[in-house]
Amino acid sequence: MSTTTRTGSDVSTSNNAVLQGAGKVVGFVDQRIAANNWLKRNLRKIFPDHWSFLLGEIALYSLILVLLSGVFLTLWFKPSMAHIIYDGAYVPMRGIGMSEAYASTLQISFEVRGGLLMRQIHHWGTLIFIAAMSVHMLRIFFTGAYRKPRELNWVIGLLLLTLGITNGFTGYSLPDDLLSGTGLRIIEAGILAIPVVGTYVSYFLFGGEYPGEDIISRFYAIHILLVPGLIIALVTVHLMLVWYQKHTQWAGAGKTEKNVVGYPFFPIYVAKAGGFTFIVFGFIVLMSALIQVNPLWFYGPYDPSQVTAGVQPDWYVGFLDGALRVMPPWEFTIFGYHVTPSVLLPAVILPGVLLTLLALYPWIEQRITGDRREHHILERPRNVPVRTGLGVAFIVFYILLWIAGGNDFFATTLHIPVNWVSRFLQVSLIVMPPLAFWITKRICLGLQRRDRDKVLHGMESGVIMVSPEGEFTERHSPLSAAQAYALTAHERPQVHEAGAPTDANGIPNPNYKHDRRRARISRFYFGDVIPKPTREELEHGHHGHAELEAHSGSDATSDQH
Amino acid sequence: MSRSSSGRRTGGWFGRVLTRRRRHPLAAVTVLLVVLLTCGTAYAAFTPSTQSPLGQATVSQSTQIEEGRQLFAIGCASCHGLNGEGEIRDDGTVLGPSLVGVGAASVDFQVGTGRMPMAAPGAQAPVKPVAYSDEQIAAMAAFVASLAPGPEIPTDDMLDTEAEGVDIARGGLLFRTNCAQCHNTSGQGGALTYGQEAPRLTGVEPKHIYEAMLTGPQAMPVFNDELLDEDDKRDIIAFLTAINEQPDPGGLGIGRVGPVSEGLWAWLVGIGGLIAFAAWVVTRSAAARSAERSSS
Repeated sequence: MSTTTRTGSDVSTSNNAVLQGAGKVVGFVDQRIAANNWLKRNLRKIFPDHWSFLLGEIALYSLILVLLSGVFLTLWFKPSMAHIIYDGAYVPMRGIGMSEAYASTLQISFEVRGGLLMRQIHHWGTLIFIAAMSVHMLRIFFTGAYRKPRELNWVIGLLLLTLGITNGFTGYSLPDDLLSGTGLRIIEAGILAIPVVGTYVSYFLFGGEYPGEDIISRFYAIHILLVPGLIIALVTVHLMLVWYQKHTQWAGAGKTEKNVVGYPFFPIYVAKAGGFTFIVFGFIVLMSALIQVNPLWFYGPYDPSQVTAGVQPDWYVGFLDGALRVMPPWEFTIFGYHVTPSVLLPAVILPGVLLTLLALYPWIEQRITGDRREHHILERPRNVPVRTGLGVAFIVFYILLWIAGGNDFFATTLHIPVNWVSRFLQVSLIVMPPLAFWITKRICLGLQRRDRDKVLHGMESGVIMVSPEGEFTERHSPLSAAQAYALTAHERPQVHEAGAPTDANGIPNPNYKHDRRRARISRFYFGDVIPKPTREELEHGHHGHAELEAHSGSDATSDQH
Repeated sequence: MSRSSSGRRTGGWFGRVLTRRRRHPLAAVTVLLVVLLTCGTAYAAFTPSTQSPLGQATVSQSTQIEEGRQLFAIGCASCHGLNGEGEIRDDGTVLGPSLVGVGAASVDFQVGTGRMPMAAPGAQAPVKPVAYSDEQIAAMAAFVASLAPGPEIPTDDMLDTEAEGVDIARGGLLFRTNCAQCHNTSGQGGALTYGQEAPRLTGVEPKHIYEAMLTGPQAMPVFNDELLDEDDKRDIIAFLTAINEQPDPGGLGIGRVGPVSEGLWAWLVGIGGLIAFAAWVVTRSAAARSAERSSS
């Protein structure tokens, strides 16, 4: 039953004049735009329930908060590099020459009512927005939610993350303080390192020699107009695709590739998402009210002749800064032309390669597995050990670069020479990701064995039996049908076997080499996977074991749309 | 009988807890904490202490310089030589540099902040509890100053940050231009090469900041009066005092070190807290639904 018709019947039985009036308005609109059917279908749209499905929502709500607080900040911020002498409320800066951008940021912090709170909401909100996008993306990766037909939405998500980082960086630079100016100088160095066009790009971006007098107003246009517009457009497409393609779900009894088991958008998720919006808002505002972020009144106005110890970008650019810091100082000259791989590799090529690999990963995996079917049921990370291992190796690589980005901070905090920190990281960046891959894969395989044991022999009950002969055994209680189903719902992966190099008549197979390569990759991807129990094994496994009586099997079949 | 049973009970109480709790989820954490505490305490107990190696009342009462010479011979000469000429090992490593001409300011800084005497030769002399009394430090300073002329200990009016004409903002500008590249714009310190570091400037006495600028201890360059004159130094000290005393208007300062600690907080507290809330939202609604189902 649709909500609109219910409203109509309520109105007819009610004597309340307001309700009657409202009913008339609804009726009027409905008869003209005939949205009844559309609403009926969409308001009852079913979404599955799991905490990890809320990570993207955290990103969405923090984005809204960042947009709102950003609008507030634009009312006072002056995106100008015009040089003025500060005479505002902050005494340790009075009489110092600075740009209008920095002076107006000080004004927002110390003179505008609620300005500092809004600045802190904007900054904490951004840090959390990008963190939430990252965590959301990890969830999508580890559960295989990017598989067909959702590859495009994966790419859109990656674009959103990139745009978020871009906008974060331009926003970090806007106040024109010494910290962000130094960061901008590093970005300029990265641009200059691009062969052939680097200097031209830098001159174009900065309107002449760095830092010039245009960069703040240009970044302002990018920061408040261009990138936010793109973000809002892409978020809309992202959500429309989620709506249209329907949400993925975890395997379980009654859940198939053809249905979605969960609760309707209205009223359940309207209430839940609405409530969660305010939880996210409240949490970020509370954090902003209690914890200081970006105290740029300490940093001072940007002056290319000054630099401060402990310069770091915000966390989402930290991995690039880290890559720069641990890169060996290589540079050489070819044909009289100077090339600096020590900047080019970490600052330009590394992010380019990472982004390309991430964007193409859904298709790379399709090539490896040969699986081009649609998937709507999520995979448990342990059931795809190689993908999970690759993901963890990436996380380890990224975290090591993070640590490198704060190598001076870690050196002074832990009282270790900073050179040791860097050398340790240089070695670790090469050694640790493969190690992490291997360890993760072994853990996944162990968990798979445990799942197999559970299905075959049931769960450990903790009841130890002593037989008359003195033998100790533990009783196992069988899983419920729903539990067993969830553990065995995944597919049994098929390792691709290469065909014979020659056919029966001794004619060589022209595709043999390609086929053998495919088989090798397939074996790498699926070769070690522990096969889930077969029907025969299951029947055999349940006999000859002392078993407790089955639990009163709670039926996990949920409401179905 | 009763005694033995009660004895067994007290002995058994601990054993029973061990047996019952050893599979507790927090058991490993507890064991780890106990081990860490034990190791930490043992380390603290066995670390060589840096107390004054000197019997208090044995100093002769002749002149101040003579008193300083004697203190120097006991506490400093093993590295710096009996006449402050320094000591260089056969392999070329400097055990202690020559102190001829470093002046009274240098002694007052190094000994007055506890950096000297060092517990062991190393890349950096860390700040420690001060080993000598003010009179003893003054005596050693007089002795070292008597070796050759050098920078003097600043007088009180050179350190008066309340005086007429002191400009905090100008001090900040000078600080950012000359000092912040090592000490950070808010004086939080920073890393230097091979185990050296620029120390944090919070809670440092104005006199010691002045002396450090004057004498350039360890890796620090010398900022003599031609580079930063007396007013410049006083302005810098006034700026540091002002920002040290300034409260954090934005709330918890989280170290005033900028993005590293902010990133840690955003991930550990921000995203961590919100994920906890997400998990809570899901369990809440599930509980509400199952209650609804059982009642219907």
